[in-house]
Amino acid sequence: MHPTHHTRETIAAVATAVGIGGIAVIRISGEHALSAADALFRGTTRAKDAASHTVHYGTVVDPVSRETIDTVLVTVFRDPHSFTGEDVVEISCHGGYFVAQRILVLLYNNGARPAQPGEFTLRAFLNGKLDLAQAEAVADIISSTTEKSHKASVDLLTGKLSSAVRALRQEILDICSLLELELDFSQEGIELADRRSVVTKLNAIQQSITSLSDSYQEGRVIREGIKVALVGRPNAGKSSLLNALLKEERAIVSDIPGTTRDTIEERVVLEGIEFIFHDTAGLRESSDSIEIEGMKRTSKAIAGADVVLFLIDGSAEHSAADHLRYKEIADTYAGSKRPLWVLNKYDIRHGSETFRTMENALWISCKTPHGLAELKQELVRISIPTHDPASSSLTITNIRHKDALERARVSISTAAEAIEGGLGGDFAAVDLRAAMNYLGEIIGLTTPDDILNNIFSNFCIGK
Amino acid sequence: MLISRPGTYYDVIVVGGGHAGIEASLAAARMGCSTLLISLKANAIGRMSCNPAIGGTAKGHLVREIDALGGEMGKIADATGIQFKMLNTSKGPAVWSPRCQSDREWYSRDAQERVLGQTNLDVLEDSVADVLTEGNMLKGIRTFLGHEIRCRSMVLCAGTFLNGLMHTGEKHRSGGRFGEAPARGVTESLKELGFTSGRLKTGTPPRIDLSTIDLARTERQDSDDPPIPFSFHNERITNRLVPMYLTYTNPATHKILEKGFDRSPMFTGKIKGVGPRYCPSIEDKVFRFAERDRHQIFLEPEGYDTNVVYVNGFSTSLPEEIQYEGIRSIVGLEHAAMIRPGYAVEYDFFPPHQLHHTLETKLISGLFFAGQINGTSGYEEAAGQGLIAGINAALKVQNKKPFIVQRSEGYLGVMVDDLINKSTDEPYRMFTSRAEYRLLLRQDNADRRLMRAGYELGLIAKEMIEQLDEKERKVEETLQYLHSTSIAPAAINPLLEKKNESPIAENDDLARMLRRTNITAEDIATVVTDATIKANLSQRDVREQVEIDAKYAGYIQRQNEQIQRFAKLEEYLIPEHFDYTRITSLSTEGKEKLHRIRPRSIGQASRIAGVTNSDVSVLTIYLKTSGVLKTPDVSR
Repeated sequence: MHPTHHTRETIAAVATAVGIGGIAVIRISGEHALSAADALFRGTTRAKDAASHTVHYGTVVDPVSRETIDTVLVTVFRDPHSFTGEDVVEISCHGGYFVAQRILVLLYNNGARPAQPGEFTLRAFLNGKLDLAQAEAVADIISSTTEKSHKASVDLLTGKLSSAVRALRQEILDICSLLELELDFSQEGIELADRRSVVTKLNAIQQSITSLSDSYQEGRVIREGIKVALVGRPNAGKSSLLNALLKEERAIVSDIPGTTRDTIEERVVLEGIEFIFHDTAGLRESSDSIEIEGMKRTSKAIAGADVVLFLIDGSAEHSAADHLRYKEIADTYAGSKRPLWVLNKYDIRHGSETFRTMENALWISCKTPHGLAELKQELVRISIPTHDPASSSLTITNIRHKDALERARVSISTAAEAIEGGLGGDFAAVDLRAAMNYLGEIIGLTTPDDILNNIFSNFCIGK
Repeated sequence: MLISRPGTYYDVIVVGGGHAGIEASLAAARMGCSTLLISLKANAIGRMSCNPAIGGTAKGHLVREIDALGGEMGKIADATGIQFKMLNTSKGPAVWSPRCQSDREWYSRDAQERVLGQTNLDVLEDSVADVLTEGNMLKGIRTFLGHEIRCRSMVLCAGTFLNGLMHTGEKHRSGGRFGEAPARGVTESLKELGFTSGRLKTGTPPRIDLSTIDLARTERQDSDDPPIPFSFHNERITNRLVPMYLTYTNPATHKILEKGFDRSPMFTGKIKGVGPRYCPSIEDKVFRFAERDRHQIFLEPEGYDTNVVYVNGFSTSLPEEIQYEGIRSIVGLEHAAMIRPGYAVEYDFFPPHQLHHTLETKLISGLFFAGQINGTSGYEEAAGQGLIAGINAALKVQNKKPFIVQRSEGYLGVMVDDLINKSTDEPYRMFTSRAEYRLLLRQDNADRRLMRAGYELGLIAKEMIEQLDEKERKVEETLQYLHSTSIAPAAINPLLEKKNESPIAENDDLARMLRRTNITAEDIATVVTDATIKANLSQRDVREQVEIDAKYAGYIQRQNEQIQRFAKLEEYLIPEHFDYTRITSLSTEGKEKLHRIRPRSIGQASRIAGVTNSDVSVLTIYLKTSGVLKTPDVSR
């Protein structure tokens, strides 16, 4: 079964460009758009009571934790006078990417599902909202975006996520086959599936899906923040940088002393993402002799970080040897983490050309405040997760994958309940097939004949 | 009526008198078309080539659906059945399946009486030599005996007879069935018209003499008593019931069979056709599942007045002497006399992507295919297709809208849709797991799903529909009562305790009580005070529907929602000669598959293997852009 054309289902996605911006717009379209929005929105008017083309001020609150996520504007468009021709709600939120992602997750928990590439436009087209010329363009967009995602999934095929999902799906397929075998081939003298072992297996699969789903990187970023190791000499201006960032945002959360006297932890919220800066002590020593103990601490801080920020005093003289040494530290300890080179004290810059011309280095000044906005942008940009097949731990980075895993988990749980409740395999099969389809969406596999083929290749069937 | 000189014109000609041909010819004649059935031998009509059994898992569903639409198979089975079983009763209601063992001779005789006694239906003993066409229009046929007969529609159901080749060990000879000649020339004639053909194989086990079996050493398997009839037209079965017997092969049997492997046509490569994986020969089972030390063998008497016993589970094409030795190594069969060896048969079929959902061929207007010619296996699958083809052949003559069963309406719909969209390379058999809406497509509600359609086609009598309406009314009335009537703890707790269910503390409604695992509608009837409802619940078919509808309401609703979700896509119709090469955004594989299968609707396109989601979206847009696609109201 193909998932695209659940035309009555409610879909949601970020409508503005992914990346940095003062405001993100989340679009919800479909039969339950109003109620999905109302599940999170707290304002003077509820979306379902709002007239078409009206804007409402309020907050988005996590209905479970009751935590306030953001202050938002909600715009209501009623069927058929909307972009898609269905009921549409647009939520404009602050704080860029991660706040938007967090609101999306809440919407997915409250009746919406992630929109497929081009799906809003497709619905608009199907509901007669676009003219013919626009329609031609839509077809091309759909085929090109799916081509892209197809390429991504081909890349994924070599990755661990794909093989993990494939293995899980195979386990469900085996259980499904066992149940179907009992249903379709009961006259063949085959031993029946043991209920308890089936339930045990289903629970184990549920566990695996949960841990996979929990690895969702954006989720972790939302929960734990981005760890930044701030590396530099004492006079490089680390404290001034932190203060400058804090002053700018006025959003300091806490000031917790680090685990060692040499590490300080500062929390700063930029564009809705929490950054935890670890001020390392590793480069305190003079440049000609780096102490082993200091290096150890530094390396520890770098190892635990998501981003390594090298702060260099742009007003001081640097030799080519200094440059090399920094590079060496970055190469040795940062590894796959993205080192970010920052030259401070732009206002009183001088010194060698070595660092000034370094590729990707950012010039800033904590005083003027030259380059601070660019630095913030850069920090946010490199923190938006991308899938890295070479990374050692298995993480989910795509919200659609997360959603598919979550749906698969719920289906398996329902199937296990059916079996425990004494319902026949024909009932459990409904949900197990759904689970297989959800997992299939991740790796691009959904063929209903799988079950029969599996039965034929694994069991002795004879009339 | 059996005739020797056919007329020069018939509305519908049906070729082949097997299970497909019977349904096709009866349906066309009953719908008012002058119909001719051509069979090599009138006394071969309704012959059961293999197992003398009707129904079984998923196949029983098909028989019930055929019956609900006014077909004949269930009635013949009920009339001639000598053992009945409802299979899978320990499992969920979706997989309960009726099966019966019929008296082979009686079945065939009974079928012939129905066919020969049907008005509007002539039967001619002859065969087709040539299919006559003009352009892509069917004109008629020329028969082997030289008759030239014109027609508007023709249903070809030639079974395993097209270039049939039978194998036993190293011996092989032409034939479609034991002692019957094959049909030659038809495949060639159709290939000239542009059809693609393929080759399949199937097999049948040896027959042995009942009087030589030591029955005491086998396990006796009795019939259900009282049996539940297949047909919604029948209240009860009054035939005398006979038992079957179960025994097993053993390691010695397997050793004997292995001796013959080097002479088996399957292993020597003599048989080119692909056999079904679900119904393997005994040599296949021994070879593929070497770790199993026994396979079950059902000994099925073929009738009241015969000693012939069908050795179910021992389908084989090994040399005769090996078969014999193998049989005699089985417990209870030590002294068995073999009446006839088993054999494999290879035959031509036409890959069914060449068909419309009406079973009319895409190439020749008016020409329909049904049964094994479409690559299926099984009497029930054949009969179902025969009925669909016969109905549509008649509708075509009458210039009426085609009749198509949707996947959400019946196994018949699932089967036809699967045949067209999935390129199977083995004979297709029905399984319940093929039906995505399995919980709704039950054998118990085939009448509720399809009988009204049968009535509109003129194949179901008015009284049957009145009965159905009355049943529906009672089901609805009872369900409403159960949902709206609450019961006090004192009134229901004794029942709950007796049934090992936890008692209730406060009043609760009866529908919720019925949802308890161990509580049946029959139990509920004992605590109901309303006389009308009590009476409703005493009626078996009403009680059954009430129980299923109440107990599984949540699942039924979910399946209904799934149907709704996909139903819209079936309404987007694709023009018959749409040129897919025009759409550059389609994937290469998608384009190729769409071109080959030519889906009727966007919904069908989305089910074709190799057609991606984005292909479906792109196709939808292009069809709509070019103004050929009628868009249903999507937003509601």
